[in-house]
Amino acid sequence: MKQKLTAKQQKSLREIIIAGVLLAILMVVEHTESIPLFNEHSWTMLLACLVPYLLVGRDVVRLCIKGILNRQLLDERFLMTIATIGAFATEEYCEAVAVMLFYQVGEFFQSYAVGKSRESIQQLLTIAPEYANVIAEDGSVETVDPDDVEIGDVLLVKPGEKIPVDGTVIEGSGLINTSALTGESMPREVQVGDAIISGCVNGESLLKVRADKLYDDSTVAQILELVENAATKKSKTESFITRFARYYTPIVVAGAAILAFIPPIFFGEFTKWMLRACTFLVISCPCALVISVPLAFFGGIGAASKAGVLVKGSNYLEMMANLDTIVSDKTGTLTQGKFKVSAVNPAADFDKDSLMRYAAAVEQTSTHPIAVSICEAYKDEIDPTALAAVENLAGRGITANFEGRKLAVGNMKLMNELGVAVAEDAVIRSGTCVYIAVDGVYVGSIEVADAPKSEAVRAITDIRAEHVKNIVMLTGDAEDTAKKVAAELGITEYRAELLPQDKVSVVEELLEKVGVAGKGKLAFIGDGINDAPVLTRADVGIAMGSLGSDAAIEAADIVIMDDNLERIPTIIRIARKTIGISKANIAFALAVKIACLVLGAAGIVGMWGAVFADVGVAFICILNSMRTLAKNA
Amino acid sequence: MKKKFKLENLDCAHCAQKMEDAINALPDVEEASVSFMTQKLTIVADEDKMEAVIEQAVAEIAKVEPDCVVVR
Repeated sequence: MKQKLTAKQQKSLREIIIAGVLLAILMVVEHTESIPLFNEHSWTMLLACLVPYLLVGRDVVRLCIKGILNRQLLDERFLMTIATIGAFATEEYCEAVAVMLFYQVGEFFQSYAVGKSRESIQQLLTIAPEYANVIAEDGSVETVDPDDVEIGDVLLVKPGEKIPVDGTVIEGSGLINTSALTGESMPREVQVGDAIISGCVNGESLLKVRADKLYDDSTVAQILELVENAATKKSKTESFITRFARYYTPIVVAGAAILAFIPPIFFGEFTKWMLRACTFLVISCPCALVISVPLAFFGGIGAASKAGVLVKGSNYLEMMANLDTIVSDKTGTLTQGKFKVSAVNPAADFDKDSLMRYAAAVEQTSTHPIAVSICEAYKDEIDPTALAAVENLAGRGITANFEGRKLAVGNMKLMNELGVAVAEDAVIRSGTCVYIAVDGVYVGSIEVADAPKSEAVRAITDIRAEHVKNIVMLTGDAEDTAKKVAAELGITEYRAELLPQDKVSVVEELLEKVGVAGKGKLAFIGDGINDAPVLTRADVGIAMGSLGSDAAIEAADIVIMDDNLERIPTIIRIARKTIGISKANIAFALAVKIACLVLGAAGIVGMWGAVFADVGVAFICILNSMRTLAKNA
Repeated sequence: MKKKFKLENLDCAHCAQKMEDAINALPDVEEASVSFMTQKLTIVADEDKMEAVIEQAVAEIAKVEPDCVVVR
């Protein structure tokens, strides 16, 4: 996609081209000495060179003077103005023009590159709805700003329109596209009564939606706010550069002053040293670092957003790159958070189908998650009026009369209470299990388990491949269950039977271990519903599947929009790439600059080399930083 | 109270940093940030003092970067 230049960019591009052509002509004239009077150090040459110089450089000089008047010394413009005036003073007219010209080329490119990166991130921000259609009581439709929608308003969402605020579908059904929010390309089906999230795009159907939240409280506004604020939470690398620039500029200006005035005292040749000092100033300009490092982080956050991961600040991206330990909640994070029948074990003289039928018949009277899972597994309908004398015994199970038989469905406690004999080898020790008795005789058991997410094993393998040393699973489940799930997932370390408040202390204990080991960081992954304290305590709190949950977006540092564990290795890769690029830029820019500074002071690198060390390095670093925007880490 | 403004012609990253430092140094500003990447100025200040704070912030910005315009 080609970016359109802004009016300002077009103007500066025109000026750069004209000045470039003029400079080329002047240099040819200077070298061939084809026109009398126009030789290298003549005043005519000076006048001729001032034309392209002022064409490209007038703003720089003007802003430099204003800066001095406002007592804002020592910025790039000041460096460039001093350097070029120095070059003029030493009668190196063409060099003066060249320095200003290349500085402007660098500025132009920088503004283009930053604009492009910004634009690609703003594509994410196009999730912001521009309007809402409110249906008035008389049935007329009025188009208003999303900000003006009130809670309880009925909105009409036409095919292809964005959902303006969080709400509930009250009429119509269809597919909605959540990809702008989640990175997930599969459209989601919605029906009457379903909650619907702002920023999603309606598919082919006409929906009527009741507004449940104001725009400012809706998911889309929160996400936009979050992404915009991300740039304000600076990483250590970025703060290092900022601090660096603050000390660096005065130091190099002092260095240049020393270079200009001290050696001539001993060696004479004032103009030669003056020119070297100017060269020194041009090389020293820190813009390559000041631009490229934040740009890399900005790009990394943008790439993460494209993959459906919101990162709340550059600092969290940096920590993800140094991840050493991942602590994860089990239910709802590694597992689906939903019970499913995992095994049906009828006793020797009983069949599976009857066992399930009896269990489902009784369990349909309950809303307990285990009961629901059994009814779901048994597809056929059972007439509830066939049940009589239903007794729900809290913490044990249910007994009822059904088709003339006395049924009992529940845990071992219930069996013991009723005096039902269960053979030793029929007792299930790991996991959750219900036993079924008919007329006081044990007929079998049904095991239910919270199944791991389909992508969990693969995601954990990938996380290990990213050199994350420890993966620890936390759960409130019994030891046996925890052990079984951990084994299924390929996790070796787990903590079972934890109360919610225990999770914080486990994380603190692990944090200490990580802290001792060095600079490794600890991330906690939770579903965000009751994990807020742990999310806050960990170095990086990652909330999963929390689309629409304000509490999680609030408490977490990184939000995974679509519940997919595989986003975690992806975000680690993006983080590593971002850090790698910033470090490479810092090393490259400093190495070239220091080398050129030394060579410049010694007089080996002239003004042209200086221009490369400034503009060329910035150019290369910016290009390098833009790589973070590429989606595939 | 928090307010956000778009900045136009904010052309250099370390100017943004300077503006941020200068605005944060204003007495009535609780927190301020100038983002070069998003070209946004965010100010947190007391509601009563907001208007005055914004005026001061605009002046600080003009000092650092005379061409930079705060869109209000």
